[in-house]
Amino acid sequence: MRVPLWKIAHARSGDKADRADIGLFAFDAQTYAVLKREVTKERLQNHFAAMGEGPVELWPLDNILALKIVLNAALQGGAARSLRMDNLGKNVAAQLLRMEIEAPADLPRLLLK
Amino acid sequence: MKTIRVGAGLGFYGDSWRPVRASIERGGVQYIASDHLSELTLAILQKDRQKVPSAGYARDAVPMLTELWPLAAKHGVKFVLNAGGLNPQGAREAIARAFKDKGWKAKIATVSGDSVLERIDELRAAGEPLAHMDNNADIAAVRERMLFANAYLGAQPIADALSRGADIVLTGRVADAALTLGPLAHEFGWKWDDWDRMAAGLTLGHLLECSGQGSGGNFGSAGEWAKVPDYAHLGYPIAEVSEDGSALFTKPPGTGGRISFDTIRQQLLYEVHNPHAYVSPDVVLDMGTIRFDDEGNDRVRISGATGAARPAKLKIVAGYQDGWMGTGMIGFAWPEAYAKCEKSAEIIRTLVQERGWAVDDTNVEYIGYNSLLGANADPTYRDQLNECFLRMTIRTKDRKIADAFGRLFPWLGLSGPPYVGSMKGIQPAKELLGIWPTLVSRDLVEKNVKIEIENI
Repeated sequence: MRVPLWKIAHARSGDKADRADIGLFAFDAQTYAVLKREVTKERLQNHFAAMGEGPVELWPLDNILALKIVLNAALQGGAARSLRMDNLGKNVAAQLLRMEIEAPADLPRLLLK
Repeated sequence: MKTIRVGAGLGFYGDSWRPVRASIERGGVQYIASDHLSELTLAILQKDRQKVPSAGYARDAVPMLTELWPLAAKHGVKFVLNAGGLNPQGAREAIARAFKDKGWKAKIATVSGDSVLERIDELRAAGEPLAHMDNNADIAAVRERMLFANAYLGAQPIADALSRGADIVLTGRVADAALTLGPLAHEFGWKWDDWDRMAAGLTLGHLLECSGQGSGGNFGSAGEWAKVPDYAHLGYPIAEVSEDGSALFTKPPGTGGRISFDTIRQQLLYEVHNPHAYVSPDVVLDMGTIRFDDEGNDRVRISGATGAARPAKLKIVAGYQDGWMGTGMIGFAWPEAYAKCEKSAEIIRTLVQERGWAVDDTNVEYIGYNSLLGANADPTYRDQLNECFLRMTIRTKDRKIADAFGRLFPWLGLSGPPYVGSMKGIQPAKELLGIWPTLVSRDLVEKNVKIEIENI
C-alpha cells in the first residue's frame, strides 16, 4: 500500500552553507528496513527537484535506524543569500514526510490506533 | 569513579538562558558549554563592529553571565562560551565591567586567533589557495567583498585555558562541540590523539550545542511533538561523562522536554554531512558505531563513538557581500484569496518591469499555502483558502531598488483586488551574504592562537 512517511517516521532538517540536510528516522527496525529499500536517491532527487539541481547523498545508519540525506545546492546559495521564507531549510524535513512510499500494511506504526 | 557533568548553554545568539539556571541549581553540572555563533552570526557581529570598534561579540553573554554568575560561583560551575565572536577581548572587557559593578571576581580567559580576514593575502602567499570547498572557485572573485573570515579552532586552547585556572573561557570561532570537548579533555587528561575519546567528546558536544533541540525541542514529527511535556519549562540537556567517554544524557529534574532515543538521534544527525566522517578540528567522528540505550525517565546511555585522526586542514567560513533583498507582502481574505495573491504578483512584476529595475532573481511565495513547503505543498484546498498572503522577494545589486520594492505594495490596497489585509510597515532592503567555506593548513592558523588570562 502507499503510505506517506509522516505515518511511519520522524525527521529533522537543517542547513550548512548551500546544503540542506535531513535525518529520517524509523520508529522500529521493521519500518527501517522498508525505508532503506524505498527511500532511494532517485526518489529523493525527484521529490526535491524544485529546490535545486544539486545531487542527493544518502547514508543508512543501522545503529540508530536512520537515513542521513543531504541535498546539495538546495538553498539558493545559503541561508544568508536565500530569498525564501524558509531560508534555513528547517521545513525540508516536513516536505520529506509528505513523500509516499510502498509499504506493507502491517508496519507497527500503521497498526497503532 | 569520576564523572563530569556538562550542561548546554545557549544554542544561538538570542537564545534563552533561563533554562540554564535549572542545570546549575539542580542538574549537578560543573560546566556550561554555550554556543552563540551560527554559521552566519559573525556577519551580524562584523556589522556591529563596523559601527562601534569595541563591539563585535555576542552581547547576550553579558546579561547571561550577570544573571547566572552568583549561582554558578556558588556551585563551582565554569562557563565555556564562543560569545567572543570577532572580539573576545571586547567581550571580556564588557563582562569585567559588569562584574566590577557588582564587586564580583573571576578569572576570565580569552581564546583568539581564529580570524583570518586580515591574513588572506599572507595565507595565499604561503601557498594556501583558499578556493571554495565545494566548487573550487577562486577566492579572488569575492575577496574585495569579504566581511569576515574565521577558522574553526578545536578544543585544545579551551583545555589549556582551563588548566590555567580559568573560570570563564571566552572564545571566538571554535567548532561548536569543542566547547564541550575542551572541558572533558582537560578534566580527564585525554590525549589529543586518543581518537575514540575525542570522538566521544565530540559526539556529546554536538548533542549539547543546540540547547533545547537536544532535549525534545523542535522534535520533527507528525503528532509526536505534542507528547513532549511542558515546553514552557523545557530543560536544556546535560551529559554526565565518564573517563572512557561514555555518558548518561539527561536533563535537570522537574523540567519540561524529553530526552529519549527518538529526540537525541534527531539531534545527532542535525546539520551533519557524511555521518561516517563528521569532520572537526580535533577528530573525524564515525557516528555509525554510536550506541544509544534509552533507560526511560529522560535518561539515555551513550557509548561506542569511534574516531579517526584529525584533519591536516582547518575549515574557514568566510562571508561576503552578495547584493540586496527587497521584500513585499500583502494579504487577502476569501473569496479567491489565493487567486488575488497571484494576480497581485503579476501586477507587481509588471510594475518592476516598467520601471526597468535591474533584478537578478524574483521569488514568489504564498503564506498560508506554500511558503514553507514549497513544491511539496498540497494544492487540494488552494482555491478555498480562508486567507492567504503574498510574499515576494527580489535579489538586486542596487540597494535603492531593494528599498523601493516593498513600497510598491501598499498602493494595491486601494487600486488592486478586494478584501486586503496589508502587513504593518514596509520592510527595508536586507543585505545578502554569500558564504565561502574553504580549508587552510592548521599550523598557519594555530601559530597565531592566543590565550590570555585576566583576573577581574
